[in-house]
Amino acid sequence: MTAKWQSHLGLIVTYAILLFMVAVTLYPILWVIGSSLNPGTSLYSSSLIPQNATLKHYTWLFTSPESQYVTWYLNTLKIAGINSLLSVLLTSLTAYAFSRYKFVGRKYGLMSFLVLQMFPSIMAMVAFYILLSMVKLLDTHLGLILIYAGGQIPFNTYLVKGYFDSIPRGLDEAAKIDGAGHNTIFFRIMLPLAKPILAVVALFNFITPMTDFLLPQIVLTSPEKQTLAVGLFGFINEQFNNNFTQFAAGSVLVAIPIAVVFLLLQRYFVTGLATGATKG
Amino acid sequence: MVDSQVETASKPDRPWGKPQIAACLSVLSMGLGQLYNRQWAKGVFFLLIQFSYLGVFFDFLNIGLWGIVTLGTIPKLDHSILLLAQGIISLLIIALGLVFYFLNIRDAYKVGKIRERGEEPPGIKETYQTVTGYGYPYLLVAPGLFLLIAVVVFPLLFMIFLAFTNYDLYHSPPAKLVDWVGFDNFFNLFRSELWQNSFISVFQWTVVFTLVSTTVQFGLGLFLAILIHQKRVRFKKFWRTVLILPWAVPAFVSILVFTSLFDNTFGPINAMLTSLGLGGVPWMTDPFWTKIAILLIQFWLGFPFSMALCTGVLQGISSDLYEAAEVDGATPFQKFRSITLPLVLYATAPVLITQYAFNFNNFNIIYLFNEGGPPIPGSTAGGTDILISWVYKLTFDSFKYNYAAAVTIIIALVVMSISVYQFRRTRSFKEEDLIQ
Repeated sequence: MTAKWQSHLGLIVTYAILLFMVAVTLYPILWVIGSSLNPGTSLYSSSLIPQNATLKHYTWLFTSPESQYVTWYLNTLKIAGINSLLSVLLTSLTAYAFSRYKFVGRKYGLMSFLVLQMFPSIMAMVAFYILLSMVKLLDTHLGLILIYAGGQIPFNTYLVKGYFDSIPRGLDEAAKIDGAGHNTIFFRIMLPLAKPILAVVALFNFITPMTDFLLPQIVLTSPEKQTLAVGLFGFINEQFNNNFTQFAAGSVLVAIPIAVVFLLLQRYFVTGLATGATKG
Repeated sequence: MVDSQVETASKPDRPWGKPQIAACLSVLSMGLGQLYNRQWAKGVFFLLIQFSYLGVFFDFLNIGLWGIVTLGTIPKLDHSILLLAQGIISLLIIALGLVFYFLNIRDAYKVGKIRERGEEPPGIKETYQTVTGYGYPYLLVAPGLFLLIAVVVFPLLFMIFLAFTNYDLYHSPPAKLVDWVGFDNFFNLFRSELWQNSFISVFQWTVVFTLVSTTVQFGLGLFLAILIHQKRVRFKKFWRTVLILPWAVPAFVSILVFTSLFDNTFGPINAMLTSLGLGGVPWMTDPFWTKIAILLIQFWLGFPFSMALCTGVLQGISSDLYEAAEVDGATPFQKFRSITLPLVLYATAPVLITQYAFNFNNFNIIYLFNEGGPPIPGSTAGGTDILISWVYKLTFDSFKYNYAAAVTIIIALVVMSISVYQFRRTRSFKEEDLIQ
């Protein structure tokens, strides 16, 4: 009897903890959604369940001449899109070479990638700032994209190389015997086979610029070139209590698409990060 | 290289044969050894490469090397930082040149060996064919490698050099020259009163933040994963989907939202505490409470990833183990201690280590929450600054590039040691050559 009671009690405690965690998890999210629907503009007047809910802050973001939200969004999408393509291209080339060929410096190359991927590129921010201003790439999207695309190479090369390694070598050897050249093997056989991992790399490198704050903050200075993260930060920072609800609306519109994509694909993120970490 | 020449020549037990002569000639000048080996086209090609390399780069390298040693001598005319950059590029170009130079010597020696055996060395046509086939991987690696050197390796080198200069607001070119100061910046971080206080308190908080946030977020994630994994718990999918949300929402959005939730006067958290009769907490203005808030937020941000990771591991553990343990009369806690925990830790250890490294450099939470504040009088860092956000402030608020670089090197050393530790336990790297 007591054992049964204990097990019931355990179950109740489990559900209580889970419910508590769900509340803690959802509260900030629901609160910001609620705030974005509040008619007032200040933090003080916002509440979880707004009275007279309104969408006017959303329309303000898109229609007001004072709002640069659309520009920020387009900038961010542009940077993220180009970075994603460039990264996939660079990474697949490098990873394929490391997976299938023997060449001078291969072993040391892999080793230095392993070390380099531990250092986030923001660590060199002092240097980025000075160097970009020297080559006149400060305040350009190109400068930002190059830093992203270069910085991701070590980590993602490992990820993609691991995938290439798992494709049987017999496949490309057979193609070679049939007279296929290096390029044919790479573009016609290997790349299509590696599509799943390339999709993961593309997604990683799309999400990173979407959600990054520090690098755009350093590299981009003029307001019309900002990305969403920096723009929203300026929003809440400069005009704190006045524009809070507009900030909330802006945040919701950033968070929803990313969160949806993320929930659909989170399985791949977990395995991707896990294998990436064990591989290097 | 002269040493190796002498060494080879002075070894009495080795016959002074043709490969050695070829190698020595190649030491004197690229291509000579190849000419000696009667590979005319290759030899001429190598000679041409060598002279065009010297012709194109000589002036650049000359100024670069002079620049990196002196950092300029005439203010307003010599730009120290440009010279430093040119110096580093020169070093990279020289390193590249040396690689080719040694490959040339090795080639001369190898072909010499072939000739010594009385075989015919490969002709120009065959060489061309091997180079194009053999060169394919270099072609593949080249674009990525070039970008990597330009935006990762070069900035890192540049920063390392900066740490040994006095480059700050008062020594900024072109008006002023920058000088080498040796290890002064590092000594000052540990010795000078002002810097020492800032550095030690920032370093301590960085370590505490890293250890506490990563450990708790992992523990919480594991705990929740186990709770949901229990057979009798229903709506598993619902719990997992909702609890993964903090990971799905971009961190910068969540942190900015928390900034307003924790607001001292208008924030709902203080409003809630006041209505419970506890009174408001100075989340934004008291360093202690700001730290607590930052830790709480990081737990919130970090637990879902660990939960997802642990769920995957738990689902892979065979239930036989638990059934066997139950037969032996193990308590739930014993099962956790001896089965679940070791297996989960074994599988997730590499990721866990990267998490520690990540939080060590977790700039976003510190800066976006309260910009590292509240400010502390008599310190160059705010009350909650970690090393990386301090570097940011040193660079962009007080323009002390030299100290920023020095602190970054210290960060790099810490990250490097974590990385070496992880590197040692990475199995896949040891198995690396089995794949070939």
